[in-house]
Amino acid sequence: MSKSNQEISRETFDHLVELAALELGQEESEYLHTQLNNQLSAVHVLETIDIADDVPPASHGVPYTAQNSPELRKDEWDACPNSDAILEQAPVVDDGYIIVPDIPHTTLE
Amino acid sequence: MQLCDLSAVEIRDKILSKKTSAVEVLESCLERINQVDGCPGSIDSRPETKEDAEKVHAFITLTEDSAREQAQSVDKMIADGDDPGPLAGIPATIKDVFCVKGTPSTIGSRILANFISPYTATPVERMRLAGAVLLGKVNLDEFTYGSSTESSAFQPSTRNPWDTSRVPGGSSGGSTASVAAGEAPLSLGTDTAGSIRQPAAFCGVVGLKPTYGRVSRYGLIAFGSSLDCPGPMARNAKDTALLLRTIAGPDKRDATGANLPVPDYLALLEKEIKGKRIGLSPDYFQITFPNLETSEYIQQPVPAEIMDATMKAAEIYRQLGAEIIEDVPMPNTRYGIPVYFVISRVEAASNLHRFDGVKYGHRTENEISDLRSLYRRSRGEGFGLQPKLRILMGMYVSAAQYSEQYYRRALQARTLIRRDFEQAFDPNGKYKLDALLTPTTPTTAFPMKDVYGDSVIMQYADQLTVPANHAGVPGISFPGGLDSNGLPIGVQLLGPDFSEGLLLQLTHAYEKATEDANWRLERPAVLREA
Repeated sequence: MSKSNQEISRETFDHLVELAALELGQEESEYLHTQLNNQLSAVHVLETIDIADDVPPASHGVPYTAQNSPELRKDEWDACPNSDAILEQAPVVDDGYIIVPDIPHTTLE
Repeated sequence: MQLCDLSAVEIRDKILSKKTSAVEVLESCLERINQVDGCPGSIDSRPETKEDAEKVHAFITLTEDSAREQAQSVDKMIADGDDPGPLAGIPATIKDVFCVKGTPSTIGSRILANFISPYTATPVERMRLAGAVLLGKVNLDEFTYGSSTESSAFQPSTRNPWDTSRVPGGSSGGSTASVAAGEAPLSLGTDTAGSIRQPAAFCGVVGLKPTYGRVSRYGLIAFGSSLDCPGPMARNAKDTALLLRTIAGPDKRDATGANLPVPDYLALLEKEIKGKRIGLSPDYFQITFPNLETSEYIQQPVPAEIMDATMKAAEIYRQLGAEIIEDVPMPNTRYGIPVYFVISRVEAASNLHRFDGVKYGHRTENEISDLRSLYRRSRGEGFGLQPKLRILMGMYVSAAQYSEQYYRRALQARTLIRRDFEQAFDPNGKYKLDALLTPTTPTTAFPMKDVYGDSVIMQYADQLTVPANHAGVPGISFPGGLDSNGLPIGVQLLGPDFSEGLLLQLTHAYEKATEDANWRLERPAVLREA
């Protein structure tokens, strides 16, 4: 494997996993670390493109014009006709409340 | 030929003229499913059997009872003299990326395996209101992340009806396989980098990625929000036009939807194509992929059989009076996949943070002491490898210290890709193209397990389709022959914004011109054996 394939170190990888709130097994962790570096290697070709500073970034392809843009909605709320159907999908519910374990917190001094 | 092998338009016309009933058509489709589909995909893994290897496995959830109710309702409306709608009694499958009220909406992932959607996606709702009979939800790559459908957590994953040792493509592999095998004449899918067109090419069906915003994304489980496009798949252009006409149009629930009227695509099909300017670009006749050992890029021509099919299509259009414009430069095509590695991952990471084991979906059954551990454990158990990989990549390239180097640069390169199309289609420009004709894929369907696991090479299966997603322009893949292994070859047409009508018209003209071709007599292997 070339040097660039090791660009994301094990330490950085583990930090990313923590930020991403993922718990990984050893085997999948190794696979993901390798694939992540491989994908990053494939991205480096973008650095070889001659892009002028004034080329704007495109957040999407099709331009939104006055002709094709939808009207902004009025700032009005609609009551959900069946909130129970939504709550039913929550894994643990008690009396309309979604239950979670203890929320870690730090006391501010 | 069974009822289920008829086109959607033929089925609808027979039902409306009372030559058959919606229930009879449904029973024919169910019989075909029973014959060729095998066991549905499931998260309860078991060893694959010899029989599994010979079946299609398009479905995750077959909604037989509700389909029968819908079919009976259509028949009753016809008996009562009411109008059952433009899709009256036509069976259809839905990629399991769409929420459908009261049905499991899994996106092929363990994390949503138990999720029963409380609402229905707009394009699906429009199909239902138009009288379609919804057969159920079909398999896909997990979270649509793949080009072979193999990454689904619901195994066995879908196999190619033309050769069940090969993949159907992806991520809409269940959709295209169900259409190719005659399980349904229509399917609804999504295309983020080619996920409608690439499996359509592999399975020998028509697949259309509409212009971004043409079809509402409401109720679609999001992947790349600036790239995702719901769209139709069918066995011919006319049926594709019929479904697009039904699902397209503004939706107050999707603020990115285009506020433009929807043409009658069916009425446009027979228009003359004489004088249309169709381009060929050398940049779509070579495939580029990285050698990770050397970090160098390898370029080689598209395989001869795929190239020949594309050139034959060009010759047919020339004979029909179109003007073929050669050597149209699309120089940024080769950056489509690297740009996609950045943009789609950033959007995916953002969209996937919502899955937390709290509000809906999988929650770990292990004893957990605090909320952070609950998140980590639930996501670790619920997501498969491909979603995890995309979350990590998206977070890395958008991190504050790398964002300028990767994310902003990718967004600028996206502008360059868009400009390639704008210049090619500019009515006052040098080329003045109405459409660009290209191969759809760098290969025909590859054997199962051949590519899966190599996330880089798998992504490069989309290199000829992904530029249209970056640019937002519409694209269609249609069958253009068979290769020496008897596998379908896809040919692609790309057009300017909102030119779906012309793409369908050109596809229809090609179909008529090749209706007597020998390859059109061939059928998928699962139907030959049946």
